[in-house]
Amino acid sequence: MGRIVLEKVSKSFGETEVIPALDLTIDDGEFCVFVGPSGCGKSTLLRLIAGLEDVTNGKILIDGEDATSVPPAKRGLAMVFQSYALYPHMSVRKNIAFPLRMAKFDQAEQDKRVAQAAEVLNLTDYLDRRPGQLSGGQRQRVAIGRAIVREPAAFLFDEPLSNLDAALRVGMRLEISELHKRLTTTMVYVTHDQVEAMTMADKIVVLRAGNIEQVGSPLELYRTPRNLFVAGFIGSPKMNLINGSIAAKHNAATIGIRPEHISVSSDAGDWPGKVGVSEHLGSDTFFHVTCEGITDPITVRVGGEVDLHYGDTVFLTPASDHLHKFDDKGLRVE
Amino acid sequence: MARAVSIRRKSITTAAAWALGLMMFFPILWIAILSLKTEGDAIRAPIEVLSSVWTFESFGAVQERSDYLKHFTNSVVISFGSTFLGLLIAVPAAWAMAFVPGKRTKDVLMWMLSTKMLPPVGVLVPIYLIFRDAELLDTRIGLVFVLMMINLPIIIWMLYTYFREIPGEILEAARMDGASLREEVFFVLMPMAIPGMASTVLLNVILAWNEAFWTLNLTAADAAPLTAFIASYSSPEGLFYAKLSAASIMAIAPILIMGWFSQKQLVRGLTFGAVK
Amino acid sequence: MATQHSRAAARLMISPAVLLLLCWMLIPLGLTIYFSFLRFNLIMPSGNEMVIGVFGHGLRVPGPEDFSGWENFYWFVTDPSFQAAIINTLVLVGGVLFITVIGGTLFALLLDQPMWGQGIVRILVIAPFFVMPTVSGLVWKNMFMNPVNGIFAHLAIGLGLEPFDFFSQAPLASIIWIVSWQWLPFATLILLTALQSLDQEQLEAAEMDGANWINRFFFVMLPHLARAITVVILIQTIFLLSIFAEILVTTNGGPGTATTNLTYLIYVSSLLQFDVGMGSAGGVIAIILANIVAIFLMRMIGKNLDA
Repeated sequence: MGRIVLEKVSKSFGETEVIPALDLTIDDGEFCVFVGPSGCGKSTLLRLIAGLEDVTNGKILIDGEDATSVPPAKRGLAMVFQSYALYPHMSVRKNIAFPLRMAKFDQAEQDKRVAQAAEVLNLTDYLDRRPGQLSGGQRQRVAIGRAIVREPAAFLFDEPLSNLDAALRVGMRLEISELHKRLTTTMVYVTHDQVEAMTMADKIVVLRAGNIEQVGSPLELYRTPRNLFVAGFIGSPKMNLINGSIAAKHNAATIGIRPEHISVSSDAGDWPGKVGVSEHLGSDTFFHVTCEGITDPITVRVGGEVDLHYGDTVFLTPASDHLHKFDDKGLRVE
Repeated sequence: MARAVSIRRKSITTAAAWALGLMMFFPILWIAILSLKTEGDAIRAPIEVLSSVWTFESFGAVQERSDYLKHFTNSVVISFGSTFLGLLIAVPAAWAMAFVPGKRTKDVLMWMLSTKMLPPVGVLVPIYLIFRDAELLDTRIGLVFVLMMINLPIIIWMLYTYFREIPGEILEAARMDGASLREEVFFVLMPMAIPGMASTVLLNVILAWNEAFWTLNLTAADAAPLTAFIASYSSPEGLFYAKLSAASIMAIAPILIMGWFSQKQLVRGLTFGAVK
Repeated sequence: MATQHSRAAARLMISPAVLLLLCWMLIPLGLTIYFSFLRFNLIMPSGNEMVIGVFGHGLRVPGPEDFSGWENFYWFVTDPSFQAAIINTLVLVGGVLFITVIGGTLFALLLDQPMWGQGIVRILVIAPFFVMPTVSGLVWKNMFMNPVNGIFAHLAIGLGLEPFDFFSQAPLASIIWIVSWQWLPFATLILLTALQSLDQEQLEAAEMDGANWINRFFFVMLPHLARAITVVILIQTIFLLSIFAEILVTTNGGPGTATTNLTYLIYVSSLLQFDVGMGSAGGVIAIILANIVAIFLMRMIGKNLDA
């Protein structure tokens, strides 16, 4: 069980309010990702749930019980830190067994659970090494191992992949998703990388300056961003945002159109423009097209290999059913 | 990147540096030599001293004349006792300041250091009188307490700088893993800080071992450590070069060895981190 | 990173240290100030005894009836030996600082050069710092500076010269010499540490810019060392103001008051002449002097704490 409910939770450091009162429910078994730019309060929110910081106001319920003033050790949560926070003076085995030792499990049970975790995480051969002798990915797995042995109500991940190189990150992303499917335990995951959020989450919480901008499944956020911030933050490459007279034509202050929802033609279309820099990824090609009357270049996705070159004239046409409209306050209008 | 240095230049600097090193070390070397001579040979001209017979008799004589071992024991008890007692009080304080810093942490730390700047002679009389009336004069326990107090700011300071290098996330991880405060300090913080704590102990034992203001003023015979024991050789009747040398060598040898191991920490501890 | 739990724990854990240091500072300091305004002689008690409870035994001191105003300060300051002590203290501190800072800088520059056996040389150079003050005082006095049996006397005779009686003819200079020998390693070690933290690329850049060795020293190394030199000066001053054992075992402050510094003078008035009032007045003056230095030192340490 691991249902976490935040009721009117707020946090101030002295005079500065980092998180204005917010409500949030994370259901049992859910993979919930907090995403937002750095300094948006996502890590602070996680630390509030962990109990490593006091909430200034409001309540935190874990499985229906008020945990607001329960110390971290007693909340039944496990956390994987950004730096992994492995105990450098203990072997991998001792690291993983530490929470069990603190919970006074007997030696046989400790050994059994450590062996199980090591098996799951491919660490069996490394149990007697020190963290200093492991690679980044292995350390990451030890940190996860230390979290799973205690069978916590929920796992908290604080940007766990940010210290890994790009290739390892993709692998670990899959491993963590896999682990979630297998354990079906609640996971709360903090990241600044929207790709991680999109690929792993059941539920994404987009944060900016301590405020929740939108909560929803990855596809909900992708299809119906509630405001300009979410529209610009979710999706890669970014959604094209156009204001001015072109937006006015659609009765909006700003319109947004994703690169994949624009068709390209060499002889006719809504927005004539000149091809700028192009990025060939093989499966897809992204063109940056400078259009008349639009300040920023428009990014367009074209499938496969297309014979367009720098300086060519093209015509872009947005798919009208995928057009996002926003009012002058940046909120979505239907 | 290092460049090749001409052999000639390296030879010259080597010769100069060694000459300098030997010059600085010479007084210690010389008493080591004199301690192995007879009383009669020790006062001769240097060349004659070197060519005279070698003997260990002075070392035995020192023990017989003034019970060297008693004073050595006093020194050990006082320097290690004051250091460990200090550690007991300093570890929690340094933990608090390093891992739960507040608005006033810096001020508290600076204030603690400032107590170290108080000249001992400024408080000599009250301490002496308190010791007299509390019957602590010439007792080991009294000296242990005084030396612990004068070194406490340094111990706290050093531990604080070492603790600060330990990432707070590791202690938070321990807390998340269900460790109590006591378990957090004993199982995670202290094992990680062992090198730092060892250096702290080393430096403070050295400082306490060589402390020569309080030890001279607050002891007479019973609790006198080696500093005071050596001072007793300053009276004219004690002018025995070989014995004085033997006593001196025995007094400084243990600490000289410890000191050589603590070179790096010495800088950190004595400059309060102002020079790294 | 703090929660109420951890903050409460922190307060609890820091309090023993704070309380002890507070007592250690305030009780003796308060008593010193109190005594300095009393007529208080240990062998001539006035009979106005008062008992302050300390350690359950009670501290016997004169009551406020013996108040003497600024008398102690007046007599202490106008005593010719006070002036001598102040001058001796300044000469001693200044002389040792001069020798150790200049010498320490040169030593550090030399030890920073590539050489064979650097580690051993370092050990040899810093060894004197670990020698207890009473030992270095006695060893220099007897084995080196003694006009009959000392090495210097033997050398002088060997060269056909008259042996020099260091402690009667240049007592203060002799003490400065001994203390400098003890503190040179400290200055050298700290300046060497600072020198080794100098970015080599800075020196190489200066070299590319056409600076010769002397220019590099004055425009790159010395500014880099300035901070460390200041720290050496301040810390040594704190310790040098309290020089005691070296004087006690060599000259006992003499001949006359030639080697009596402030610390030794206070020791003489309070523990040898038993005039606690006078000694305490001296103590208050010593505290004020030390505080002037301490303020500067604390400022430097404080700045470093923020970094």
